[in-house]
Amino acid sequence: MAGEVTEGGASAPSSPLKPYALETCGISKSFGEVHANRNIDLQISTGSIHGIIGENGAGKSTLMNILYGLYQADRGEILINGEVAKITNSAAAIKHGIGMVHQHFMLVDLFTVLENVMLGAEEDFALTKSVASTRALISRMDKDYGLTVDPDTKIADLPVGLQQRVEIIKAMRGGQRILILDEPTGVLTPQETEGLFAILRALRDEGATIMLITHKLQEIMALTDQVSVMRQGEMVAHRATAVTSREELAELMVGRKVLLQVAKPDVVMGAPVLKAENLRYVDDNGVERIKGLNFDVRAGEILSVAGVSGNGQTELLDVLAGILPPSGGSMTIDGTKITAEAPVGPAGMRDLGVSHVPEDRHRRGLVLPFDGLENSILGFQDGPAAGEGFAMDKGAIAARAQRHVEEFDVRPPTAGLRAAQYSGGNQQKLVLAREIDAAPKLLLIGQPTRGVDIGAIEFIYERLMEMKAQGCAILMVSVELEEALSLSDRILVMSNGEQTGMVNREDADEKSLGLMMAGIEEGAA
Amino acid sequence: MNAQNLPRWADIGLLPVLNILAALVVSGLIIALIGEDPFRAMGVMIKGAFVYKGALGYTLYYTTNFIFTGLAVAVAFHCAMFNIGGEGQAYMGGLGAGCAVLLADAILPGFLMIPFAVVFASLFGAVWALIPGWLQAVRGSHIVITTIMFNFIASTLIVALLAGPMMRDGQGAPETRPFAESAQMPYMHDLMAWFGIEAARTPLNISLFLALAAAVLVWFIIWRTRFGYAVRAMGFSPGAAEYAGMNSTRIIVLAMALSGALAGLMASNAVLGEPHKLVLNFTGGYGFTGIAVALMGRNHPIGIVLAALLFGALTQGGTELDFEFQTITRETVLVVQGLIILFSGALYYLFAPWVARVLNLTAKKEAAT
Amino acid sequence: MSDFLFQLLLTFDATLRVAAPLILCGMAGIFSERSGVIDIGLEGKMLAGAFAAAAAAVMTGSPWLGLFAAIGVSVCLSLLHGFACITHRGNQVISGLAINILASALTVTIGIALFKRGGNTPSLEQDMRFRPIEWPLAETLESVPLLGPIYSGVISGHNLLVYVALLAVPLSAWLLFRTSFGLRIRAVGESPEAVDSAGISVYVLRYKAVILAGILCGIAGAYLSIAHGGGFGREMSAGKGYIALAAVIFGKWRPVPTLMACLLFGFLDAATARLQGVELPIIGEAPTELMLALPYILTVVLLAGFIGKATPPKNIGEPYPKGK
Repeated sequence: MAGEVTEGGASAPSSPLKPYALETCGISKSFGEVHANRNIDLQISTGSIHGIIGENGAGKSTLMNILYGLYQADRGEILINGEVAKITNSAAAIKHGIGMVHQHFMLVDLFTVLENVMLGAEEDFALTKSVASTRALISRMDKDYGLTVDPDTKIADLPVGLQQRVEIIKAMRGGQRILILDEPTGVLTPQETEGLFAILRALRDEGATIMLITHKLQEIMALTDQVSVMRQGEMVAHRATAVTSREELAELMVGRKVLLQVAKPDVVMGAPVLKAENLRYVDDNGVERIKGLNFDVRAGEILSVAGVSGNGQTELLDVLAGILPPSGGSMTIDGTKITAEAPVGPAGMRDLGVSHVPEDRHRRGLVLPFDGLENSILGFQDGPAAGEGFAMDKGAIAARAQRHVEEFDVRPPTAGLRAAQYSGGNQQKLVLAREIDAAPKLLLIGQPTRGVDIGAIEFIYERLMEMKAQGCAILMVSVELEEALSLSDRILVMSNGEQTGMVNREDADEKSLGLMMAGIEEGAA
Repeated sequence: MNAQNLPRWADIGLLPVLNILAALVVSGLIIALIGEDPFRAMGVMIKGAFVYKGALGYTLYYTTNFIFTGLAVAVAFHCAMFNIGGEGQAYMGGLGAGCAVLLADAILPGFLMIPFAVVFASLFGAVWALIPGWLQAVRGSHIVITTIMFNFIASTLIVALLAGPMMRDGQGAPETRPFAESAQMPYMHDLMAWFGIEAARTPLNISLFLALAAAVLVWFIIWRTRFGYAVRAMGFSPGAAEYAGMNSTRIIVLAMALSGALAGLMASNAVLGEPHKLVLNFTGGYGFTGIAVALMGRNHPIGIVLAALLFGALTQGGTELDFEFQTITRETVLVVQGLIILFSGALYYLFAPWVARVLNLTAKKEAAT
Repeated sequence: MSDFLFQLLLTFDATLRVAAPLILCGMAGIFSERSGVIDIGLEGKMLAGAFAAAAAAVMTGSPWLGLFAAIGVSVCLSLLHGFACITHRGNQVISGLAINILASALTVTIGIALFKRGGNTPSLEQDMRFRPIEWPLAETLESVPLLGPIYSGVISGHNLLVYVALLAVPLSAWLLFRTSFGLRIRAVGESPEAVDSAGISVYVLRYKAVILAGILCGIAGAYLSIAHGGGFGREMSAGKGYIALAAVIFGKWRPVPTLMACLLFGFLDAATARLQGVELPIIGEAPTELMLALPYILTVVLLAGFIGKATPPKNIGEPYPKGK
């Protein structure tokens, strides 16, 4: 792949004679059939902030986990300060001077800051020396880099921003000079993000090497000296931040993918089937996941919800499907208004004509140890699909499941296997068949082609177009931009639970959508 | 527990056999270590369980208990609930049966009295399991701990009642008065005699048929009804159950109630069937053994009936050990039980890597030729 | 009134004796469960320890060798538990249950083979047991009002293992909350990923915790058969392991509150024995059965969150997957 490396950046004072702080040569890693990392070459200069950017699933986290010894690479070498390093576990990484700030904090919530920093680096059994030296370390971190945090507060009582500081202190307590941060701003407010960046700059200026993994373009531009772009497990480009642009990076991240040609039927759109007004959802931890969405989906229309995953789309699907209750606002489905005061469960939603193909078919859409027959009535177990009487009608279920298998060309052509034994595409067909069989007025579909082979993708697209032609309103959540562009009539973009854009298909292109996904509101870029 | 990518026949058929073999081998080693001949012991047990006059009757009597308690544990397992309280639920079932009989055996004829007592037994058992189920579903209390505590509470409660208000008048022993004949489960040997077949007098009674019917009913409920469908969906995948709109609290509480009712039904055999009175500790650990029975039977009624027969034979054969040997007794059988729980429960996949390697080797050989 | 005081002191004295094995098993349960391993096998380890202690004491004549045998056997069962639940990631409840059944069956089987007394050991001679230790001046000070009887009647005159049990509490608290070992044990039960990412082995830590639990249960067993009792009797643990487990939950997995729960449960037990058939003012005949069931009822109520909240270690019961 294009491995052009542009040396030097505005503020990266590295000399070519000095060995790189960290270097990888031909790192590859597969999980079963999936190549998470392919032949990764990377050079990180000492004393620089180096960004790694890529979409979700591009293989960034895998690479970081290999560098930190949590995964073992299948092939390839890691060099630290010019010397080959065998990193077989996290202890080895620590010894080689690598510290990691994980996306999900590795902190013990019930412990104080002090105890968390001390854990694993205790110097004496009775902890007297350790406590003193850890206190000194925390105050030094405060003085030197502005990593201010009270050593005696419990982690559970700290806001996330401060918890992250504890992670940074932990990652550097052994004098580590290479710091890896995996999506560090995902959970931070803009103010906290600014604070973090100031700290990271201070660390860099003092000679530390920092690797920042992110999918957010503005962070790369704001903070890094160098940037490397990953796509589908490969390293596709290296740039000095000063000489690149958001637009170029966005294009590199997404790549020029071939759009699947889908023949869209000419459909006269009808009245709105779904209307969301100021729809909000606050999770059990009090975090607002959906922040007042306003949109509608008309009969015969496909509305795509685009966005980097984890920005509220999953919650939106669950709220619309009745799995989660809305916390505010309302959604009106075919004239029936649903509010936080009177939520309707999944069964009630099905009665209203809502079908749901969930994002995660392994956890939600299928019961993996069940066979195709039993899965064909999941969600419809209390209705006529399972038969008339008290007992389930095995014959009726078998006939229905067989019809699904035939109509959706499931292979092998039987419903008798356990769900886990079908390929991803055939599992998705089973779910889709079941949900479409209910003749829904509104079809919710999450990641329609995730883990699905090419042949099945086309099949699934055609089915969706048929539903559209029949006047079904379809709301689709997908992280694949080209999918949204191929299928939909309008695209709603979400970032951090907010609606950052709503564009007609004709007016949309990947670059503008990418900027909206990165949180830059429509028209602001 | 982790699946090891073994073919289904090896997972369901081969591993349990290997695990039982491991349990038997270790038991044999222990018997050899204390200076007895394990093969002779096995012979004695087989004769004691099946061959001697009346042996089969006793074996089937114990089997009946194990079918009930095994089914109880299995139903809860299908809902991913670990009901360790079968012992207490069976004990409460006995209390229910006892209450019903003491209240009504002077009035009701047998064909009404016995069903009445059986219903009471299952109701008491159901309530005793339903409360921990509810506490788990709604309050998040760990069902293992709660059911353990409920075992002890049931035990103290029944001791108090048997030594108090339910004690036979004018007697010192903590037990009820004998039940009237109308409240006694018909013996199997009487039934057979009615058909003109002579059989040895044993405690075996028609509760065996009730147990077999319960096995069929459990199979029907779990695999043929909407409720059973929901129970299994919940047990396998709470996420999918939520997606499907199932009410988890209702399902957990009902599944636990069914589980407790089955455990409670053990009283129809161990109270109405044999001593014909409520005595202390009539449950004799059968509730705990039910866990081994369910584990070995892979939570399927057919497997459970077979496993119950094995444990029934072990129990009855074990009593024979008392007569034949100086040093090994029925407690030795408990060793076998403990080892079976260990191997087929906690170490189920101990042999899986070896099995997988052997299967791989043979597959490769086949591919090579 | 002084008779009442005397009775009360006797009850306190008995409380300590009943509570000692609960305390030891309670501390064992704390270490195991704090590390994330459910331990319903306290009962079985204690029972096996009791048998090993009595058998070894009978054969060697030494209570010390009895104590070591108890610890050895109990630790072996701990290792079995660890092998099943830590190495093989098996179900911790099933493993514990198997250990309890095995202990109950093996003690009787081996007991019959060794001693031919229906599963019991012969009664121990005095010098094979840990004898009561009279504290200095106990008799002299007895006449001092109030403090005298407390000193001589309650504090003095217990066997060594009672004092070991009492010492185990501050020691456990110190180990758990003041040392690097305790820091790691507490961390691994809450968040094994944090421990792993800090470069510490989750498995080794959990093994250490269950071994420690084995040692403490072994001492508890020895207490039953060669200190408090004068020999092993079948099923002599009689559910004490489960009561200790209840005490651990009641004490919210902390040593001092667990001690308090053990003393409370011990007091209920001791008082029940004394109040059997006694008429009390107002309530009438003492509700002894209710008092016996109270530890279990209280634990259920506490677990349900109706009085306070007992939050177990976050990762308890979860095997740690190694090598992704």
